[in-house]
Order: sequence, then C-alpha cells, then structure tokens
Amino acid sequence: MSKLYDVIIIGGGPAGLSAGLYAARAKMSTLIIEKDRNGGQIVTTEDVANYPGGIEEETGPSLVARMVEQSDRFGAERIKGKVLDVDMSGDIKIVKCEEATYEAKAVIIATGASPRKIGCPGEKELTGKGVTYCATCDGAFFTDLEVFAIGGGDTAVEEAMFLTKFARKVTIVHRRDELRAAKSIQEKAFNNDKIDFIWNSEVAEIKGDGIVESVVFKNRETGELTEHFAHEDDGTFGIFVFVGYIPQTDLFKGKLEMDKTGYIKTDEEMATAIPGIFAAGDVRQKSLRQVVTAVADGAIAAVQAEKYIDNKFEH
Amino acid sequence: MLELTKENFQESVLDSKGLVIVDYWSDGCEPCKALMPDVEALASEFEGQVVFAKLNTMKARRLAISQRVLGLPTIILYKDGEKVGEVTKDDANKAGIKNLIEAHI
Repeated sequence: MSKLYDVIIIGGGPAGLSAGLYAARAKMSTLIIEKDRNGGQIVTTEDVANYPGGIEEETGPSLVARMVEQSDRFGAERIKGKVLDVDMSGDIKIVKCEEATYEAKAVIIATGASPRKIGCPGEKELTGKGVTYCATCDGAFFTDLEVFAIGGGDTAVEEAMFLTKFARKVTIVHRRDELRAAKSIQEKAFNNDKIDFIWNSEVAEIKGDGIVESVVFKNRETGELTEHFAHEDDGTFGIFVFVGYIPQTDLFKGKLEMDKTGYIKTDEEMATAIPGIFAAGDVRQKSLRQVVTAVADGAIAAVQAEKYIDNKFEH
Repeated sequence: MLELTKENFQESVLDSKGLVIVDYWSDGCEPCKALMPDVEALASEFEGQVVFAKLNTMKARRLAISQRVLGLPTIILYKDGEKVGEVTKDDANKAGIKNLIEAHI
C-alpha cells in the first residue's frame, strides 16, 4: 500500500506552496502534486509589483523560486504528476495520478485557473502561430511587428505594456468603452506612445494559412465587422489573449459545490462541504484573485486541515 | 540532447537523414523549462531511433520564425529534413510528443 500522507495538496502555485509550507511546518506529512510548472500562472508574469514584501524588480519566477525553497526547507514533498481522479467518499482520500496513487487524511485543492480562450473561429488552429496567451513566452517573436492585446483588465494592460519592449505597436482591443484595469496601470498605458486602443470591440475571427494573417473585429455597438491585415512586409502579427480565466475544476464537477463559472465554494476556513476537502487560491469563489490572497488561503487551508485531522483521527 | 544554433541547424536538422525532433524554447518561457525534463526522458526512451535537439529561440528568432514557430513551447518532428508534425502550447506535453513520434517511427 502507498504511504498515507496527512495532507495532499493538488497544485504547486502560490496557494499550494503556502499550504505546503504551513502544513509541513506543523509537522504534517505533506505532498504537493504539480502537473507542469511550479508557481502556476504567476511564473509567466514579468513584473510582480504588488506582493507585499517583494524585492525590487520582483518577477513571477523569482518570487516562486523563494516560495518553493521555503516549502522544501520545512519538508513538504513535491512531485510532478497529473491528477486524474480524487475519491473523496471515505475518511481516507485517494488521489489517483497517471503514474501512481496516493492517500491522505485531508486534501487541499489549489489547482488554480487557466487563461480563458476567445472561442472564435481560427483561434485554436493558429495558437502558437501568432495567437498566444503568454507574453513572456512569445513576446520576443514579435520584435518590430504589430501586436493586438485582447482584454481590458490588469493582465491585459500590464502585458500590453510589457509587449511594447518588443513590438512596434501594441493595440489593446477591449469589449467595453473603458478599461477595467487599476487606475495606476491605466495611466501608464495611456501615456505610452506605442499603445493604441480599439474600444467596444471583440474578436470575431482569426485567419491565416499556418500563420496569423488577418483578424476580424466586431464592434459591439454597431455590429460592424472590420478586418485587419498584416502589413505586406511583416507577413504576420501577434494576437495576445488576456480575456480572463477559467477555474481548473473539471475533476471535481458533481462532487463539490461550485458557482456557475466553476469556482469551488468554500466557507471562510477554506472548507468545502465534504469533510477533509479544502480549496485555496484562484480555484475558489472569491472577490480578489492575487498572489497575496492565494497565499493567505493556502495558510488557512493548511491550519484548518491540521485541526480537522487532529479531531478526526487522533481522538 | 543536441544543442542547436543558427550555425548548425541546417546541417543537423534540414540536411539530416532520419528523424530529428527539435524542442523550441527560450529563457523567458517557464512552460518550456517545465517541459524540458519530460523531453529529456523521451530522448532516453527513443535513443537510437530519434535524434533529440533543442534550440534557444532567444538566440535564433529569425530561424525559429522561418520554421513557422511563433509560440513556445513548440516541438517539431523532422524526417529527412522535412517537417512531418508538430505540437505546440497545451499539446506540447509528454503524451503529445510521444504520440507524435510514434506516428512516424
């Protein structure tokens, strides 16, 4: 039989790493399972300006590296693996991965969220061919080319500014007539000569033969369609999509209560309706999804998991 | 894994006989770095059947674009110097790369 852990944490982003740190520090045997990269979404962010206590010129990778180091130091185990199923029905929870099965007294779900797709024709076919969701991955390919940043929230506007390091021109395309991003971020964008705006518009279609060649925008007020073609000398341009996130909760559909978008509902102590199952970070229904709230969730979830285990198993 | 550069790409990939798989990555691409151990594991698994190579696109941006690589990570399989298949972004994972190889081996 496999080792019985006190706590298994699914997801190695800020919420999971914080839960791992608190759980291991409380001397619980702790396993963090991460499916691809430590740190989750924040590692694709170039500039982390609003995490209290962060160092100057903090980047997503630099912050995450310190979190991983800290969680490791207290003895949380980390493995790379993809969770296929979680059996939450018994007192011992069973986490089934592709290559092994693990057991624990409590599970903390910190699977986070992933970028939402536009859902228009051509998007899937041209992903990695001009359509992308990661500015730090792909920005350099568009050196001296044009790019469009789709969205109007903090991420869209911040990444648009990051892309001006490479691109000749960055056009923010937003479905409303004003940005949703924080005022300080908006101000910087409005003062940046390389940034232009298309308002009240969404992407209707992306076209190209193996590479992005044109994009069709639809004006949401007039219904008018406008097709934008790549300059002849360029041959292509970039479409960077930042239209929000979707929670990674498919595994838990029908098992845990969620809101209509799929975010897991918890109480203030990060507990779900199933005893021993907690959720932390972006995957939860909450009002502010930031590193600072993710790590707070992780800490609370770990402490509550410890209390739950003490009551359930030690008495 | 074979380290590719602008200088050796033609010889090592395009003029090469048999199967060559190229992992396009860059310093700024965290998903690429997370994928690299899986690619290295596949390199051991398919040793002698497929040549595994990697290209840092930060140092060879034009070359990458000439291969129609505009997003990372992208893994392209070449046979006798011709592109025969590729996986990118979400599909560029261990299972996706393995399927790609097994379809052409």
